Amino acid sequence: MFEGLGAVAAGADGGQGPIAQFELKTLVPIKLFGFDASFTNSSAFMMLTTGAVVAFLLIAMSNRSLVPNRLQSVAELIYSFVATTVRENVGEAGMKFFPLVFSLFIFVLALNLLGMVPGGFTVTSHIIITAALAMLVIGIVIVYGLMKHGLGFFKLFLPSDVPVWLVPIMIPIEVLSFLSRPISLSVRLFANMLAGHIALKIFAGFVGTLLFAGGWAILAPIPLALTVALTALEFLVAFLQAYVFAVLTCIYLNDAVHAGHH
Amino acid sequence: MDPVAAKYIGAGLACVGMAGTAIGLGILFGQFLSGALRNPSAADGQRGTLLLGFALTEALGIFSLLIALLLLFAL
Repeated sequence: MFEGLGAVAAGADGGQGPIAQFELKTLVPIKLFGFDASFTNSSAFMMLTTGAVVAFLLIAMSNRSLVPNRLQSVAELIYSFVATTVRENVGEAGMKFFPLVFSLFIFVLALNLLGMVPGGFTVTSHIIITAALAMLVIGIVIVYGLMKHGLGFFKLFLPSDVPVWLVPIMIPIEVLSFLSRPISLSVRLFANMLAGHIALKIFAGFVGTLLFAGGWAILAPIPLALTVALTALEFLVAFLQAYVFAVLTCIYLNDAVHAGHH
Repeated sequence: MDPVAAKYIGAGLACVGMAGTAIGLGILFGQFLSGALRNPSAADGQRGTLLLGFALTEALGIFSLLIALLLLFAL
């Protein structure tokens, strides 16, 4: 889909359309068993993000002290924030999933925030990335649920104390809602980042259009101010979507840890 | 009908879905505010839930915007 999007944007107006920023550029072409496994700007940004996160956490925790310095307290803040989220949503039994949720949260957060750097590339605006993350989460839920509860995991699809005549209606609805979880989880993150960045680009384009429209140029500060406000909103959305991804991961994991208890 | 014209009409129609999100966000923040003004001391503890609800509601509007953008740029 996005190869198509990029080509349309590049062909239409020389690569400067609102979609052109999402174009994948092959940096090192790699062919594996007939598949295109090239190293692209998306891969480069993911490696950069991972490196930045690891470097940040290592530097922040390098000289640990009882009274934390600024960097250390930021790292501790993120840690305790995610730990509280996991404990509230999954309970103490879910703390073994804390590393997973922490990695997902900080990875998505860093990708979203680095995508806000002008000229940067937003990795999470590609559905293949978010779909892979969502399938990882749902896969862990299914595998862990089956391992822990065996076939009792399927009690998930039948909430307790449901009247008998409701059972044939409830089961298909619950199965469908379970199956749509990875879709909604991935599309939510991807669509938010995609739409936000397109809106930013379109509003920024209005500034240029107005500046070269003769007397209308005096109106140019209005879309400029809107762009500044939208940028602030996008930073909020970048954080919120990472948080929502982590919270929903916790809620889905809760089903696997406590199947049939809701 | 001219397929290009139909595409633009479809993109416009898809954006109507955002009206639902607008109503939802109005209800969300309105209810939060009326609750928070009745019991301001409890409001701070619910801010996380409020933001979660905001993100979940807003995402649904973004879905319809996404359909409009796909119609405009991808098809």
